[in-house]
This record gives sequence, structure tokens and C-alpha cells, in this order.
Amino acid sequence: MALSQTASELEKADPSLARYNRQMLWEPIGIPGQRKLRESRVLMVGCGALGTVLANTLARAGVGHLTIVDRDFIELNNLQRQVLFDERDIADQLPKAEAAKRKIAAINSAVDVEAVVADVNHTNIDQLATGKHLLLDGTDNFETRFLINDVSIKTGIPWIYGACISAMGLGMVIRPGITPCLRCIFETSPPPGMNPTCDTAGVLGPTVNLVASWQAMEAIKLLTGNIDTLSPFMFSFDMWDNRYQQLKVAKARELADCPACKHGNLEYLSGKFGGSTTTLCGRNAVQISQPAGGKIDFEHVAKNLSAVGKPSFNKFMLKCPISQGQGENAREYEITLFSDGRAIIKGTNDAATAKAIYAKYVGS
Amino acid sequence: MDVVVNGKKVEFPEPITVAELLAQHHLHPTRVAVELNREILPRKEYNSAQIKSGDQIEIVTFVGGG
Repeated sequence: MALSQTASELEKADPSLARYNRQMLWEPIGIPGQRKLRESRVLMVGCGALGTVLANTLARAGVGHLTIVDRDFIELNNLQRQVLFDERDIADQLPKAEAAKRKIAAINSAVDVEAVVADVNHTNIDQLATGKHLLLDGTDNFETRFLINDVSIKTGIPWIYGACISAMGLGMVIRPGITPCLRCIFETSPPPGMNPTCDTAGVLGPTVNLVASWQAMEAIKLLTGNIDTLSPFMFSFDMWDNRYQQLKVAKARELADCPACKHGNLEYLSGKFGGSTTTLCGRNAVQISQPAGGKIDFEHVAKNLSAVGKPSFNKFMLKCPISQGQGENAREYEITLFSDGRAIIKGTNDAATAKAIYAKYVGS
Repeated sequence: MDVVVNGKKVEFPEPITVAELLAQHHLHPTRVAVELNREILPRKEYNSAQIKSGDQIEIVTFVGGG
């Protein structure tokens, strides 16, 4: 029986991979797996809490090409959990994607990082996904996840769902045509404002780290060709209640009458589902329209928003001022939410900024 | 009738379906995944699936944060 290679033998065999020594000692990866990682191209959608842990882990692991897309800037309240950022980035007013690129350059200069400061939507996701081996979910909303799910079905590129709030997290590997897709499990997203978001209910650093580490491990298995060891489960946990579950979801693909992967209705990618934005000229405001998903329960939304502002509402609309940033980076916004889910975000002319505020505080 | 829901023992005075259990918790059927005795339950069976004494139910709610 051949013994596995020692650390020094590995280093001699390919000096360019010396820094990955401890990873290559794990036989299912070895030198061949490490080379596969170097050739891998990954799209990372979102670079906030989950995204920074994913980018940090995968860059250190030697994934060769990362495209990081994010629409947001860094705020002081991000630093509690967004591991790639620091106070200097806030002072420099860097977009998250760009700050991540600079950090990764210092961590592992061999990784080629493309930073894209943009809102991911149905008009650009197809092009962003082109040529990638894997799509990774680091987003903060339901809508973009269904969009990733659609483009994954269209292109055949696998993706890894991950999401968290407070001390709870979920994760699932989705290989279109082989495993259930996200819509086999969750058919629709909740109407805007119904679910708490990390910006209204809070989120703890360890929750983020656990979900994103799980996603990163599955990504490493997938990219190194260790397909048989991929998790067939939906990973679900509540770290505060000490519950860690693995749901047997594999049969959901044949059991569910999935509109997306069974019937090919890619409603998020076609733009039929999902919000659209209009800049309201001269008003320093952006309108966000949501397809009808039921009437908004203002009382419920106001309760969520009371964690971050002082919401007021009548039967027609809800208003809530939101302050973001500190010192010279301080920005004031006002959310006006109508009962059909439409909203006007005052304080910006930029659609991506408005969508980010909507996703954070109302939830989309 | 004793049932375990998300790891906690719950007592139901009367027979109940999965759909009724979700309604009691104000959970929308298209936004949860339900496992009944370690097997995923198709959504179309929520209305007909009767919960029996000793059943183990895991309800996972769709999470969108990150």
C-alpha cells in the first residue's frame, strides 16, 4: 500500500503550492485537488457577513479566480461580523467588493479577484455567471437567492445556498437537474416586510461563521471533484437553542411540482418576479415596486423597524427615518412603504443604494 | 397525543394535520420545509397528512438574512 505523501514531499513536488501544504495533506484534496482549486472560477453574490467569511476562506484555500459582486458600502455596525473589513475601510469609504479585493490581495496575492460594485439583478446575473464553476450565496434577501437559483437552472452551474439571522442558519448545495433546487423546498419568498432581517432582528458573528464555513467546505468538495461527499441535506441550526439538524431533502426534487426546475418557469430571471426601481428625478428618491405579494401588515413591519428607527403609519402608508453611518459618512434616509409593498426611499438617487436599504430594513 | 415539534414535546388534545399545525404557528406553507419522521413531506400532502402520537416533526422556516 502506498503511503500518502509527507508535507516535505508535497512541497518538493510542486513548490508553487507550498502554502497549501496542510490542506493538501488531506488526501482527498492532495496536489490534484489543489490544482483544481487554482483553476476554479467562482461568482460570489454579495460580500457582507456571509460573503466576507466565504471570500476569506476560499482565497486562503487557493481558489484561483473570485468575482465578488456587492452593491453596498461598509458601515461601523458591519465590523462585528464582516471579517474582511476594518475601521480603515470605513474611513476610506470603500465599497465592500473593492475593500474585499484589497484585503485578499494582501492575504493571497495568487488569487485573481474581480470586484464588481453593482446591484445583481435579472439584467446582469447571466453575464456575471458566464464561465463560472460555482455560484456562492452571500446575499441578504430572498429575491436575489431565487435569481441565483434561476440562473443556476438555466446554465447548469451549481450554487450553494446559505442564510442566517440571529442565531439560526440554513444551507443547501444545489446542483440543477441532480438535487432539489431552492424552489423545490421554498416555493415563494415572504411578502416584503413579513420576515425579520439581520438589520431589524440582529445577527451574531458565530451564526454567520458557521453557515459560511459550511458553504465553504461544500464549495471545496465540489471544486476539487469530491462530489460523492457533498451534503445531500439541508443544514439547519439554532446555536442559541443548541439544535443542529440535517433535513433529508433529496426526495423533494421528485416529490415537488417545482415551477422552476421541473417546469422551467424562470420567473425571477425573466424579470416577472422581483422588484424594479425608478429614480424619482429631482426628489433625491428612488421608488421600488414589488410585484403583488399580498397586502403589507404595517403593524408587523413597524414592530421590526422599531429596532432601528421610529416608524409611524396610518392605513395608507408607513414612514420610517433611517440613519446610517457615523461622522462624515452619516447618511439620512426615509422609507415610505405602501400597502402593496411599493416603497419610496428618500435620501438617494441611486437604485442600488435604495434596494440595499429596502432589503436591509423591510426585507425583500 | 404527544408529538415532538422541532425537538420539543407538544401535546395536542385532538388529531391535527400538518397544514393545521402550520396555521397554528402562523406559518405559510410555501415558505417552510416540513420533515415528518425524518422524511421530507411534499407540500401537496400538508392538508392530508395527519399527525399521529409519537410523530417527530421538524419545521424549517425560510431564512433570507446574510
